[in-house]
Amino acid sequence: MRKQVEQIQAATVLFAGDSGDGSQTIGTQMTETSAIVGNDVATLPDYPAEIKAPAGSLAGVSGFQLHFSSETIHTPGDSCDVLVAMNPAALKVNIHKLKDNGILIVNSDNFARKNLRLAGYADNPLEDDTLTKYQVFPVELTTLTRRALEDTDLELSKRDLCKNFFALGMILWLYNRPMDYTIRWVKTKFSTKNPHLIEPNILALRAGNTYCEATEQFAISYEVKPAEFTPGKYRNIAGNTSTVLGLVAASHQSGLQLVYGSYPITPASDILHGLANYRNFGIVTMQMEDEIAAVGVAIGAAFSGSLGVTGSSGPGLALKSEAINLAMIAELPLVVCNIQRAGPSTGMPTKTEQADLLQMFYGRNGESPVPILAACRPTDCFDTVYEACRIAVKYRTPVIFLSELYIALGAEPWLIPNVEDLPKIEPNFQTDVDGFEPYLRDPDTLARPWAKPGTPGLEHRIGGLEKSDITGNVSYDAENHEKMVNIRAEKVKRIATEIPTTEIYGAQEGDLLVLGWGGTFGVIRTVVETKLEEGCAIGHVHLRYLNPFPSDLGEVLKRFKQVLIPELNTGHLRQLVRSEYLIDAIGVNKVQGQPFHVYELESKISKYL
Amino acid sequence: MKKKKSSGIPLGVPTLTQKDFMSDQDVRWCPGCGDYSILAQTRRIMPELGIPQENIVFISGIGCSSRFPYYMNTYGFHTIHGRAPTIASGLKMANPDLSVWVITGDGDALSIGGNHFIHLLRRNFDINVLLFNNQIYGLTKGQYSPTSEQGKSTKSSPFGSLESPFNPISLALAAGATFVARSLDRDPEHLRSIIKFAFEHKGTSFIEIYQNCNIFNDGAFFQYTEKETKADNTVFLEHGEPLVFGKEDEKGIKLNNFQPEVTTETNDTDELIVHDQYAENTTLANFLARMSDMPEMPHPIGIFRSVQQNCYEDMMTDQIAFAKQQRGEGNLEELLNAGDTWVVE
Ligand SMILES: Cc1ncc(C[n+]2csc(CCOP(=O)(O)OP(=O)(O)O)c2C)c(N)n1
Ligand code: SF4
Ligand SMILES: [Mg+2]
Repeated sequence: MRKQVEQIQAATVLFAGDSGDGSQTIGTQMTETSAIVGNDVATLPDYPAEIKAPAGSLAGVSGFQLHFSSETIHTPGDSCDVLVAMNPAALKVNIHKLKDNGILIVNSDNFARKNLRLAGYADNPLEDDTLTKYQVFPVELTTLTRRALEDTDLELSKRDLCKNFFALGMILWLYNRPMDYTIRWVKTKFSTKNPHLIEPNILALRAGNTYCEATEQFAISYEVKPAEFTPGKYRNIAGNTSTVLGLVAASHQSGLQLVYGSYPITPASDILHGLANYRNFGIVTMQMEDEIAAVGVAIGAAFSGSLGVTGSSGPGLALKSEAINLAMIAELPLVVCNIQRAGPSTGMPTKTEQADLLQMFYGRNGESPVPILAACRPTDCFDTVYEACRIAVKYRTPVIFLSELYIALGAEPWLIPNVEDLPKIEPNFQTDVDGFEPYLRDPDTLARPWAKPGTPGLEHRIGGLEKSDITGNVSYDAENHEKMVNIRAEKVKRIATEIPTTEIYGAQEGDLLVLGWGGTFGVIRTVVETKLEEGCAIGHVHLRYLNPFPSDLGEVLKRFKQVLIPELNTGHLRQLVRSEYLIDAIGVNKVQGQPFHVYELESKISKYL
Repeated sequence: MKKKKSSGIPLGVPTLTQKDFMSDQDVRWCPGCGDYSILAQTRRIMPELGIPQENIVFISGIGCSSRFPYYMNTYGFHTIHGRAPTIASGLKMANPDLSVWVITGDGDALSIGGNHFIHLLRRNFDINVLLFNNQIYGLTKGQYSPTSEQGKSTKSSPFGSLESPFNPISLALAAGATFVARSLDRDPEHLRSIIKFAFEHKGTSFIEIYQNCNIFNDGAFFQYTEKETKADNTVFLEHGEPLVFGKEDEKGIKLNNFQPEVTTETNDTDELIVHDQYAENTTLANFLARMSDMPEMPHPIGIFRSVQQNCYEDMMTDQIAFAKQQRGEGNLEELLNAGDTWVVE
């Protein structure tokens, strides 16, 4: 008998389990498949802070949330249609995210007394009435996986590790998705180092799929039709990968060797890992002894005429500030990636936040203007970090590229750009000896010459002591110092003359402008879309350029009666906008290590409409 | 002395003189400062290295000594306190053809930059490090430094400093440095020859230079540098030669129960320690380094260790070449289109 298939517009699935249960893996696989069959997707991985928290504990729960849709979406979803909980702890941590009447699949094998106790359940929730508002599907995932792998050679202890693929097989069935992409991935993933794991994982996957088909437990499956996309070639991409590719592209297009200095830190390490693979692009990655050394090698590389880039997160940025200032006064191109996480201090390293903005603006001694750009979604990391490289090279200045955990780890479909369409990056090295002065500037950009060591006749000395205008010699002259401070500020301001003017989504003037930056883009856009449908005079501006602001921003803000600035901090952009434009912008702020929910923002915004 | 040089530093541009290495900036050290001599010897030896000025880069941190790059007519970068090794590493990595020189002080290299210093040595970039050791913080006007003797009375330690000093040679050896030497600001000829050996060594070359700060720590090294006392308080290391010292080379150093001992029976050279700077094993070098912590022993001056090991920048260059050979020159189009893709019509 063919089971019933129901058409739905979108679904949100949350995979949760112990950090060793492989929820991230199957979540990623479900994302890949959903993207390839044409849905729009948005994801939110949620890692525990400890690598190996005690098995079964609340602290050890790792989750992966995936939203897929036949419509354009911008967020991983507020609440879930399906929760896969591999143990009681995963259930406890995540059950509040499941919608009423949502599907709850639990590995009932893990609901023995010990695990219940670890999760703080006095009674087994599968046996009392605590879960009555959900559709509960207890499945003996461990037993069934063992049974499926009975005939394999895999050691008994390793068989249980395949149970995540059993669960994935079930979810693929539930949403009528092909298994081919996952099977292909399993084959490539394990082909070199662990070929003996290929067959068992595929068997478990198939067994999960057949289980749903064969048993009466599951009566209905769902189908989410492809979304409408701009024609072109797509792939699914996470923010950090997008950053990696943006850096490789900038190096390639500028003809400058990329030297990336870094020191491992969550959530920036993946950029180091990613770039380390691309030696065949001539890319040098240097894992240094600390973040200061990491920015140091990037500055040394920049001095030599390479594309020097360093990457870290908030604590690392704190260490780098003195060196960024050196690059600023030495006027060397440098790109500094800050993949923000929740602070202060070590804070909550695996949680998201946007609370480093003022640190990036003001966290250096003296007058230290540095351009700051922020990516707003995973795919946007590519364009934004590329643009950061372009500005750094053109204006001979350090540029800060901001990303944040939420978009760094989140993934979505990416319309792959054409290489020919990428903006030009021209190093324009100084080679002419005639009239060369280290601090003689381009009249338009105010950039100084980039004269790299090895060029005959251009020997010169730079450094962190105040420079004399034009000659670059050390100077303690009072007037000169003020002049140089102003020139450096003016140089950064001039960037505004070539960046795009402000784009307003929705109403071009009216009651409320929602102004955002960074990873809040998706939530803001979703809410603004709804409000526009309701007929409100609301607009959305999302800033990529935070320093300098687009030249028309002040004028745009004044076209609305009120300006609302949602941020995952206590009001950094709001403070900047208020002082720059003297407008009484209102903040919507959240500092919980979690992104905004759509409903949260919607209720806040509704108050002003 | 082994000769190199397998690196790409282009050699053989003759006809430069020390004048070519003088920049147009006025030298601003206190009159009588040992830094002048180090600058003069460096300028004098540069033409002999046979590399064009444009391929030479001096990188310094912060301190009196770190003003050095401004006075050399080469490329130069006066960076931030303690971080010169990091900037030099990035520079050398990005362009291995450059001859890179780090100028640092005892505070710069061993306090604030201690971490970078040891990591630079273990990575073995082909970089030369000149540490101006004056056992004091000169630029900040005379606080004790990590090489100051314990009990030193300074502005910041009116009752005497509590810390026991680093022995920079021992530290460098422990960090795996492949070239370790000591020289003196007041022995121009020796200093020039050591600088030249350092240049010729492929790998990180570390030279500790005893430097007199006549303002805040005058005479700290006089017993090793001045005519009357030098011969009795120093022993000059010569590869393959027994360790002898004194005005007439009348004293020698022998081993007694794993301890160095001064002997006056220098005719029996079998008894004396014979220097081997090329020994892979660092036992002898460590032993010699520790002699300067022993008041009764002369301070060794010269090359403690000089061994060949792979340089970071060469290994990286090889990895890049290998990756290109294995996977082909990076193709951006292919990279962007890699993985599972789909087409929307
Ligand atoms: C981050 C930072 N901290 C402190 C200083 C102040 N400072 C400049 S030089 C110096 C010590 C220099 O001593 P040393 O390296 O021995 O050099 P010398 O002046 O003796 O040649 C200090 C503490 C600084 N410039 N930067
Ligand atoms: S303070 Fe000492 S080290 Fe500094 S310049 Fe004067 S004499 Fe030289
Ligand atoms: Mg000193």
